[in-house]
Amino acid sequence: MWSRRQGRLRPTVCGVEELRRRRREREAALRKARREQQLVSKRLLRDDTPEEAGEGCVAAILGETEVQQFLRQAQRGTEEKEREGALVSLRRGLQHPETQQTFIRLEGSMRTLVGLLTSNQALLQLEAARCLHELSHSEQSTVAEACLPATSYLLTYLSGHSSDFIELCLYTLGNLIVESEAVRRQLLPQGIVPALAACIQSPHVAVLEALGYALSQLLQAEEAPEKIIPPASASSSILASTLPQHMLQMLQPGPKLNPGVAVEFAWCLHYIICSQVSNPLLIGHGALSTLGLLLLDLAGAVQRTEDAGLELLACPVLRCLSNLLTEAAVETVGGQMQLRDERVVAALFILLQFFFQKQPSLLPEGLWLLNNLTAISPSFCTSLLSLDLIEPLLQLLPVSNVVSVMVLTVLCNVAEKGPAYCQRLWPGPLLPALLHTLAFSDTEVVGQSLELLHLLFLYQPEAVQVFLQQSGLQALERHQEEAQLQDRVYALQQTALQG
Amino acid sequence: MQLPPALCARLAAGPGAAEPLPVERDPAAGAAPFRFVARPVRFPREHEFFEDGDVQRHLYLQDVLMQVADAPEKPRVPAFACQVAGCCQVFDVLDDYEHHYHTLHGNVCSFCKRAFPSGHLLDAHILEWHDSLFQILSERQDMYQCLVEGCTEKFKTSRDRKDHMVRMHLYPADFRFDKPKKSRSPASAEAPGDSGERSEGEAMEICSEPVAASPAPAGERRIYSHRSVSELFLKPVLNVYSVLRILGCTWAVFLILNSER
Repeated sequence: MWSRRQGRLRPTVCGVEELRRRRREREAALRKARREQQLVSKRLLRDDTPEEAGEGCVAAILGETEVQQFLRQAQRGTEEKEREGALVSLRRGLQHPETQQTFIRLEGSMRTLVGLLTSNQALLQLEAARCLHELSHSEQSTVAEACLPATSYLLTYLSGHSSDFIELCLYTLGNLIVESEAVRRQLLPQGIVPALAACIQSPHVAVLEALGYALSQLLQAEEAPEKIIPPASASSSILASTLPQHMLQMLQPGPKLNPGVAVEFAWCLHYIICSQVSNPLLIGHGALSTLGLLLLDLAGAVQRTEDAGLELLACPVLRCLSNLLTEAAVETVGGQMQLRDERVVAALFILLQFFFQKQPSLLPEGLWLLNNLTAISPSFCTSLLSLDLIEPLLQLLPVSNVVSVMVLTVLCNVAEKGPAYCQRLWPGPLLPALLHTLAFSDTEVVGQSLELLHLLFLYQPEAVQVFLQQSGLQALERHQEEAQLQDRVYALQQTALQG
Repeated sequence: MQLPPALCARLAAGPGAAEPLPVERDPAAGAAPFRFVARPVRFPREHEFFEDGDVQRHLYLQDVLMQVADAPEKPRVPAFACQVAGCCQVFDVLDDYEHHYHTLHGNVCSFCKRAFPSGHLLDAHILEWHDSLFQILSERQDMYQCLVEGCTEKFKTSRDRKDHMVRMHLYPADFRFDKPKKSRSPASAEAPGDSGERSEGEAMEICSEPVAASPAPAGERRIYSHRSVSELFLKPVLNVYSVLRILGCTWAVFLILNSER
């Protein structure tokens, strides 16, 4: 799955510590960007062949004369190898922001490059496309926007047959898409959505992964919920095209499922679904059952310890399912389209255990799905009890306050369904766990604990005695001054004393 | 986190829903000061709940997440030549050959040998350049189809179509795969990258250049001379000189034929 991706990266010359430090820096930068709602990332495909790496590891910055020279050589050279070599030299120089700036300021440079991109010399075409790709990866908008004259050709080539070339065009387009709304305002009328819809029928896995990337960038755009996703936005609409059905096909578990491709399309689906534009349409296409089956498949993969990057796929799948379950259409849609299979709960807990060990930051996302499953469905609440999942759930309480609140909420979902459910919650580890959470300082955790206690006392009055015996009143007293908790603390104290 | 051993077995077993226990709610459950209500929650795209997962997604996109490794070489094969008649390119990397084949030999017009990036554009070209029925029909109805994938608009002339593509689809005015058929204007000249090239399949487009520019192969010269005669006949203004020339031609032939009797 990931080996092809690995093959595209620069060889590393630094140690593990350096890598970790860089990762921490990047993570901090990404968090900051997300909080400012500026989360933009580009993907770079770079084929560093050994010959290139050998001839001086660091490509030099090119000056204006050199850029002009290489362009002229590429355009008018007599020997094909010479022309190709000139473009290769240009491409390596373009790895530097300074060379990129020099290039775009040179008059006629983009026109020449586009001419080479559209020439009939196949290898020149490829090298010209690689130059464009370097430019598209720039973080400076002026550089990326300078690539606009090439977009109609990039889109045209998507309906060709050379898979490597198409892959390159797709990654370049994906990088350009994410650059600015100005770029998208050109790409949408140029027909990027129909072009992608035609290209999605390609049998090549690398092309599909690249397409998923480009599409996810398009769907992540700020204006996507209004201008790109809805069916009413004419020819540029995602939902009006055949893309959603194809996306769901890529997510169906089985021998044809490619994890790299599935990750991209799962994120595409997430961006569509959380925009809440037309989710009943997706439910009608069988999104719930496909994603449910995929969840089962993921849990199976976790058990086989094929965990390389599984959370990258699990995360968007969980989000899609959770958001879809909030749609009213879920209740009305027929038989197979619904999500009722108890195995989903089993799969979810296997994933929760996996997150607990490998990626605790994803526990809230898993618990979110569990909340949405148990909130309105007595069947899923019953499954939680009959599959003995209460105790494992309680084991998550110490992880963090956010996780605690969510665990307690799920337990409330179960308890509020009445005495038949509370009987199965007591006796057992629940009461001791609650006495423990009452000692937390976080108001929200304590508040949710009080709600759960209230339900337990209401439907299972025998629990009151045990509560008192285990110093429950003292635990409550600790919070009787807290403004947000006072009323509930008092009410519980009364219940306990009367009971 | 310990899972019950029977859980894996449940996952492996068939689908099924648990028979729900009876639901029986007491109104006192939701009475003040208690406020819990069981409800599914939805999060919109920018919600901070998604921060961790989004950051991981972007780390992946930036390829920091996975281990970096050396780039594998593209596998090389013993050098071989392209099998298409008249093509003498040699390759030792299969991917390069695949790209060459698709670019130069993939969607080639059998009439004029011009290569196109896709079957869609090739079909449009054949229809518009080589189908005489198309010419007849286009006098009565809009036949020139917009070249943008997904657009179903049709136009009376290729000029109108180009205007549409420029205005509605923001395509460049000199889009390389939409050359008008009988064009003599410099505006339809090649993109700079092609000037001076005589690659196969370009014959029709460079006919407007003067013959003296460089020696052209015999086939092209023939086409050129054919066009110059037809140009004479099609010119809207027939000057006296050209009329006399034509008449002179036929009169001379008549005289010769008559003298042979």
